[in-house]
Amino acid sequence: MADIPEKELMRKGTTACPGCGAAHAMRYVLKAVGEESIINIPACCWAVIPGVYPSRNLDIPLLYTAFETTGASSSGVRAALNAKDVDPREVTVVGFAGDGGTADIGIQAFSGCVERGTDTIQIMYDNEAYMNTGIQRSGETPYGAWTTTTPVGSEKEWKKQPKKNMMEIANAHGIPYAATVSVGHPELMIEKIKKAKEIPGPKFIHIYAPCPTGWRSDPSNTIELCKLAVDSCVFPLYEIENGEYNIYKKPKDKVPVKEYLKLQGRFRHLPGEEVEKIQKNVDREWELLLEKEKFTKRENEE
Amino acid sequence: MSEEEDVFRIVIDPKDHRDLPRTVITDCPSDLMNKTGSWRTLRPIVDKDKCIKCGICWKFCPDVSIHVKEEGAEVDYDFCKGCGICAKECPVDAIEMKKEEDYV
Amino acid sequence: MSEMKIVSGNYAAAYGSKLSRAEVVAAYPITPQTEVVEKIAQLVAEGEMDAEFIKVESEHSAMAASIAASNAGARAFTATSAHGLALMHELLMWASGARLPVVMTNINRAMGPPWSVWADHHDTLAQKGTGQLQFFCENNQEVLDSVIMAYKICEDEEIMLPAMIVEDAFILSHTKEPVEIYDQELVDDFLPSYDPDYKLDVDQPLGFGSLGMPDWYMDFRYKIFEAMEKVPEKVEEVNQEFKEVFGRDPGGLIEEYKTDGVDVLIVTMGSISSTSKDVIDELREEGHNIGLARLRTFRPFPVEKFRELIKGVNVVGVLDRNYTFGHGGDAAREIKDAIYGHHEPIVKDYIVGLGGRDLTPKILKNIMEDAIALQDKGLDKEIEWVDLKVNQKRWRR
Repeated sequence: MADIPEKELMRKGTTACPGCGAAHAMRYVLKAVGEESIINIPACCWAVIPGVYPSRNLDIPLLYTAFETTGASSSGVRAALNAKDVDPREVTVVGFAGDGGTADIGIQAFSGCVERGTDTIQIMYDNEAYMNTGIQRSGETPYGAWTTTTPVGSEKEWKKQPKKNMMEIANAHGIPYAATVSVGHPELMIEKIKKAKEIPGPKFIHIYAPCPTGWRSDPSNTIELCKLAVDSCVFPLYEIENGEYNIYKKPKDKVPVKEYLKLQGRFRHLPGEEVEKIQKNVDREWELLLEKEKFTKRENEE
Repeated sequence: MSEEEDVFRIVIDPKDHRDLPRTVITDCPSDLMNKTGSWRTLRPIVDKDKCIKCGICWKFCPDVSIHVKEEGAEVDYDFCKGCGICAKECPVDAIEMKKEEDYV
Repeated sequence: MSEMKIVSGNYAAAYGSKLSRAEVVAAYPITPQTEVVEKIAQLVAEGEMDAEFIKVESEHSAMAASIAASNAGARAFTATSAHGLALMHELLMWASGARLPVVMTNINRAMGPPWSVWADHHDTLAQKGTGQLQFFCENNQEVLDSVIMAYKICEDEEIMLPAMIVEDAFILSHTKEPVEIYDQELVDDFLPSYDPDYKLDVDQPLGFGSLGMPDWYMDFRYKIFEAMEKVPEKVEEVNQEFKEVFGRDPGGLIEEYKTDGVDVLIVTMGSISSTSKDVIDELREEGHNIGLARLRTFRPFPVEKFRELIKGVNVVGVLDRNYTFGHGGDAAREIKDAIYGHHEPIVKDYIVGLGGRDLTPKILKNIMEDAIALQDKGLDKEIEWVDLKVNQKRWRR
């Protein structure tokens, strides 16, 4: 417990579903960034989770903003603070959007914010679909998943496209720091976000945040799913610092992907060969990541 | 200052629009407004004899509703939604999920 | 020391934001607004203007960033035109809903297709329901003056609403005129720094913009209604104060040009007003009892003022540099709405100058003579499209 600050900046009384990964995500993000922070939240589950007027759930200032504007809104807040000579190391500006709000409708503002070198932490809490509107596919929904817009009828119209790789998109901007973190590994998550907080310029944090409602998983399995996602290499925990990859939690023994999939109703329909296909893809991505790590580390040693 | 005095800087029980701030500025702590314990269908029961006070339940509670006290982990039933993560993650199986209806 | 400079309407807007000490500017280039962005970038780069300039990646982000900056307690400014304004639509409403005094310049430009970069008021009028105050300018000096005045009006704690200062594409935006750039101290005395009671502040962790259920939403909307109701008086009050400090009268809600006891009243908006005033003089010399009302404040619509103005008038000829799809021009409709149930003169809507089509003194004179003739023959048609290919001979004769 030593690594987790005791002070809670997220109050009780959220309207999140039981076992919500996004609620975890906020709780730990706030523990990491601390009280001297301002958070921008667009339309997403977190526009509802704090409760309705006049409910205030966070003990830091919260600016709700339009769906596609998190990066722009964060830029505006940071600019205002700059105008008032408030140093970015004194007050951290956070953009906290879902996967749709970051990778789909919000990708333009995200890209602009990062490209301009804005000193903010842009966070994508990824529950892999539009959960607030009721489980519609997003660019972050993984291959094979059922959602209400990728229904599994006789035509087997499950999601046929791969998950959009936001870490690579962020990295392609020449971002100083990007990291994947998981709510099932809070000590590491807090460590990485604290690290991001101290780095000048734009930072990107991709949070793996299970959604029992949308994933058709038991609420009690939220943390278990996080561990399986990391141990199966479906969601590797790594950071990219000035282009250098570092996988900071490598599984000792890789767990088969099917162990991860079988806890979620959204993959229940997948025949064996599809599971095999997913396994192959996960293996390939993992190998690729190891190579990237090897290449960029060697490059920097030379 | 007590918490009760420290809140409601913006709105104290508005009667009509004249009591409202100019826009939705919120300042009423959610823990005074939303007692989410009523959502619960399963109730975590802690066996204090088994509890080793490791704090894992506290760490993984998405509702900040379980705290390690002197005698062991204690659930805040005003807010606990009964997700069962604490019971699942407890390394010594000190928490059991029971039917809420048996307690109301 | 105040100084006269020969500047475009775009530069006037940029100088207006500088004199207002805008702290955050977020803008994206679009013809014909681009010079506003360039000038501000230059003023900031040369250290003449102490502002954070966010070179955003879209107009949508321009307004989103301005809103956020304003919410964090900074005076925010932006500028756009036509399609850029349309892209901002969602955020124009956000700014008013969030009660933030963001001020912007919109360079009136026609909406495509057909693509057009020339003057037309449709872009601005399509946003009339977004909660923005709208001030239409006649000349470059007024652009500068209006930016300064807009902050004063909008930041009043009873108002707290956003505003757009609108100027016609090219006719003002790219035409150079002598403009007095006021002494900074004079402006500072007139316009105190922006210091909202509630803002994003780590010492006071409030939430801004949360979900409102049906039990409160309507009451929050009513508060905007109340604020809007207070604007007309505030506009006149600030206009008067401006006159006293700077010795110049931008025109308040409606600028009245020779309107005392007239039989025929011509209503104009924006840059065509200047030429129209010359034509009014000519017709008055010819013995016609005609005057002009320049509609300067379109939002909120100066209903009371119009009711006063039309007393005893026989014909109101409205020059609408817009066609808002489905009926006619917006100004004529608003005027009819305002005077309904009061003295009701003939109101004729002239659709003119769309997409930058030139409005010569000759055409304007023909329009006004047409309006004068309505006194005897009565209203021939409610909406008249002026200077189309099919009727050019008549209007240019």
